[in-house]
Formats: sequence, structure tokens, C-alpha cells
Amino acid sequence: MFIPHSPKETEEMLQAVGVKSLEGLFEAVPKTFRFPKLNLPPGLTEMEVVEHLQEMADANESVRELACFLGAGAYHHYVPAAVDSLLRRGEFYTAYTPYQPEISQGTLQSIFEYQSLIVGLTGMDVSNASHYDGATAAAEAAVMAYHHFRGKRTRFILAPSVNPQYREVLRTYMNGYEGLEVSGDEGAPLHSLEELEPLIDMNTAMVLIQYPDFFGRVSDFSNFAAKVHQAGALLAVSANPTALALLKSPGAMGADIVVGEGQPLGIPLSFGGPYLGFFAVKKDFVRKIAGRLVGETVDAEGRRGFVLTLTAREQHIRREKATSNICTNQGLLALAATIYVSLLGKNGLRQVAELCYHKSHYAAERIGSIPGYELVHQGGFFHEFVVKCPQNVEDINAHLLDHGILGGYDLGRDYPQLKDHMLIAVTEMNSKDEIDYLCETLEELSHD
Amino acid sequence: MDVPEHLKYAKTDEWVKVDGNIATIGISDYAQSQLSDIVYFEFKVDVGEEARKDKTIATVESVKAAADVNAPVSGVVVELNESLNDLFETINTDPFGAAWMVKLELADPSEVDQLMDAAAYKKYCEERGH
Repeated sequence: MFIPHSPKETEEMLQAVGVKSLEGLFEAVPKTFRFPKLNLPPGLTEMEVVEHLQEMADANESVRELACFLGAGAYHHYVPAAVDSLLRRGEFYTAYTPYQPEISQGTLQSIFEYQSLIVGLTGMDVSNASHYDGATAAAEAAVMAYHHFRGKRTRFILAPSVNPQYREVLRTYMNGYEGLEVSGDEGAPLHSLEELEPLIDMNTAMVLIQYPDFFGRVSDFSNFAAKVHQAGALLAVSANPTALALLKSPGAMGADIVVGEGQPLGIPLSFGGPYLGFFAVKKDFVRKIAGRLVGETVDAEGRRGFVLTLTAREQHIRREKATSNICTNQGLLALAATIYVSLLGKNGLRQVAELCYHKSHYAAERIGSIPGYELVHQGGFFHEFVVKCPQNVEDINAHLLDHGILGGYDLGRDYPQLKDHMLIAVTEMNSKDEIDYLCETLEELSHD
Repeated sequence: MDVPEHLKYAKTDEWVKVDGNIATIGISDYAQSQLSDIVYFEFKVDVGEEARKDKTIATVESVKAAADVNAPVSGVVVELNESLNDLFETINTDPFGAAWMVKLELADPSEVDQLMDAAAYKKYCEERGH
């Protein structure tokens, strides 16, 4: 284990906090719980352990057996078998960013290509090598905006239509900065972005919106971006990468930072992770971003090669003055996304997006015509939509699960105003039969 | 190593030139040669802002390191050498001339007296080795 403190430093720190010994730090934990006697059963053979674990795994309900209409940030897409097979090659199988270009050209090139794909999808100039997930990438956007204005702008505005978990993680990240105001998401969840405009002032560092938003809605935010820029603030957009294969890019509409969850790009749902956060910016901000960057160069003999670049921003050089202490990337999952997008190609990814779009619109039209169910949003959407239900979403989902259907997200969990509202996601994985079956099953509950 | 006679120097390798109540600040030839090739420069203060002694007024990034430029004396920022945003290479080629960084209106002229003169700074650099 690497212990960075000398005994003298440890002593000084203990003195500073007024504790006599290291053990004293744990006094808040009652003695009986500090080293409890573990009452473990006798060991099992490997065969027995495998059987036991299999039993536990079989207790899970998975999207392999269920018709899945749940999204809300993680989406069920088809992952070609080649993704996993290439991913598990020994040459690639590491979670870490390689430091030494002499021995890591393959991995570095794959990260460079990942960055290029993200730049292409988002319409930005620079992408880093990735973050943990969409939520942490969104939080890093706020950290960057804070440092961009040297802490002089203290207001961060979050649209209520940004994924509630992302907003929560962002608040946690920004918790240690003094005098910040993170607001904007207290209002009616389904309002349009224009409602946020009165909040944007000369003290605003960043405005965060989502595209398509948490409710699946899509709108051109170019005018809104202009309003944000008039106040000199930065516009960060959390985007769904599948949608970007079909829709106008956030970069084209004036986003300064584009972040998002990369899971839809060839990464299985896996009960919640590990996932992939992507983070891209306009060139002006390249020295302010967190994370690693791989650049293309030539070696002493003029041959094309790849290296980590602009590392002076990072904590091992800039120490406490670095924008962020996060240098870790999701190397393996970024590779999965790279392989996935490469396999599908530009047209293939667009085809996936079109299938999602058309199937979800078919589903929305059918569900909207069931008595008791009502589509809340009449404008454009991508592959997710909000339905007002005739009863409690929890009860409806229990009924659906009895019929082998994983129902939509219960929006009342995050938005009290949206009690009895369900967020339904439809992807290329949902056949027409499945959608029809969902509608029939919902219809059984249309009358109390 | 170049150490112009008419300037004052700080332990953190900034130089100061005083004209009336205006102090011009940059980094020394020793500092730029230690950093080697500069690849980026950024101001950390704006015109009109008060820069206290030892506060970071700019950062310099080279292929080897990132370093802060600190105000050797206190004062209100009256001018920034904006050309450095693009022409940061001049920090390597002309640290005492074209690469001046910030002009301050001195808050306390006695702070200048606490800085080293050329002879003392030269000795200070030699002690640290080249």
C-alpha cells in the first residue's frame, strides 16, 4: 500500500485536529463494532460457491426475459457480439489510461478515436478521454465553469428537466466551494427553457440543460444559448449520444460544453454500471478541462503516433491549482463505445436512432389513445415520452411486471408535481408485438 | 544568464521595474530558462483588480511544468500585456522586454525596497545552480 504521509506529517495532522493517535479518529465508532467477531459459516468448495452465486443471480429479473420500457438515463440497446470479443483482448484489457506512449500505441490510438467520435457526435472541438458516468461529467462541467471565471461568478442554473441524479451529483461536487448558488430547478418541471431566462445574470457561471431532456423532449435551444452568452455565461448541455446521430448537434446550437452518459453506445445496462461519461468542449476551454487528453503527433522519424497531451493542466503538475483532481477515465468502456460506433458506422448509428424514434412515436400514439392515459407533451421528442396514468405508477408497474414487462420510470419519485406520470422509453430492442402487448396490458388498468 | 542592473527581483523570480508609482512586472531570464519552452500563458487578474503582494497574477505553462507568477509588490492592476495570450514565446526570447506581464499602481512603495537588487539576485540564482 502506498502511504503518502511520513510519521512526522501524520503526527502534525493529528495534532492539528486535536486527536492523540490514529485510533482516536475512530472513537465515534463504538468499540464493539470496530473489530467485531465475524460469525462466518465454514468454507465452501468452488463448485458449491458457483451454484450459490448462480442461484442468487437467477433471482434477478433482467431485460433478457422482460420487455423493457424503462430508460430515464440508461437505455436498452443491442450490443453486437464483436464489442465484447474485441474488448476482452489482453492488449486492451485495462481500466487505466496509459502513460507511456512507447508501449501503449494501441490503447492511445483507441482513446484518440473515441475522442474523435465524441467530437463528431457533439459538434464540439475537443473531447477528453472520458469520466465515470454522465452525472460526474455534468459535475465536471460546473467545476470547469467555476474555474473559467476564477470563482468570480457564483451562480449555477440547472434546468428542472435535467436528470435529477445528475443535479444531485453536481450539487455534491460543488458542495465544498463557498458562496455558490445552485438553483433554477425548483420550478415546474415541464416548463420550457424560456422560464429560466430571468434567472440568468452577469453573476451566472453556467447554465446546464439536457438534450433530449429528461422527459424525452427535443427543441432547438439556439435562442436560449444566445441569451446565456449575452450574460457572458457558459452553456453546458447533457446529451444522449444515440439521439445525436439523428438530431442537430448541441455544438451547432451554441453549447460551450457537451457532456452525457455514454452507456447507450455499446455498454450493457448491467444493473446500473459501470458506465461512461463523455465530456467535450469548444477549443477555447481546452486548458480548463479535467481528465486526460490523447493527441496525435509524429515521432522522431516522422511516423504517426499518439501521446497524452496538455498534461500541465492536470494535478500531478498543477497540484492544488488544477481544475480537477479527476484524471481517471473509463478506458475499457470508452473502448466499448469506440468499437460499437465503429462497427455501426455513421449510417448504422443513425439507423438505430431512427428505429428508436419511429418505434417510440408509434408507442406514444397508441398509448395516448387508451382511455385514461394521456400524452403530456405535444411537441417533438426522441425515444422517451411522459404519460399521465389513470392510477399510481407503482401499481401499474407491478401489474406490468406480472405480465413480463418492465414498465416506465415513476416520475413522482423525483417530481412531486408529476405523481401518476410515467416516463416510457422505446428503443430498437422493442418489437411491434412488444409495444402492442404493453398497450393491451396498460388497457387492462385504464378503468379503476 | 541575463540580470539587468536597473531592475528589482523577488525570490519567486519575478522582476519589477518602477516608473514613478507604476511597477512593471515580468519573470526573469533565470525563470524562463528553468521552465524551458513556454507553451501557454494566462492572466489571473483583470485591470482594475487589486493584486496583493504574493498573490498569483498569471500562470505560465512550459513543456516541463506549470508555474504561478506572483505579484512581488501590492497594487491595483492598470495594464496587462495582452499580446502574451498569443505570443507567449516572447517570455523565452525577451523576458525583460516584450514579455513584460502586468503593470500595477504601487500601493506601498516601501515594498520595492524589500526586493533584491541585481547583484543579490544574481548571487541567489547562482546558489541554486543553473
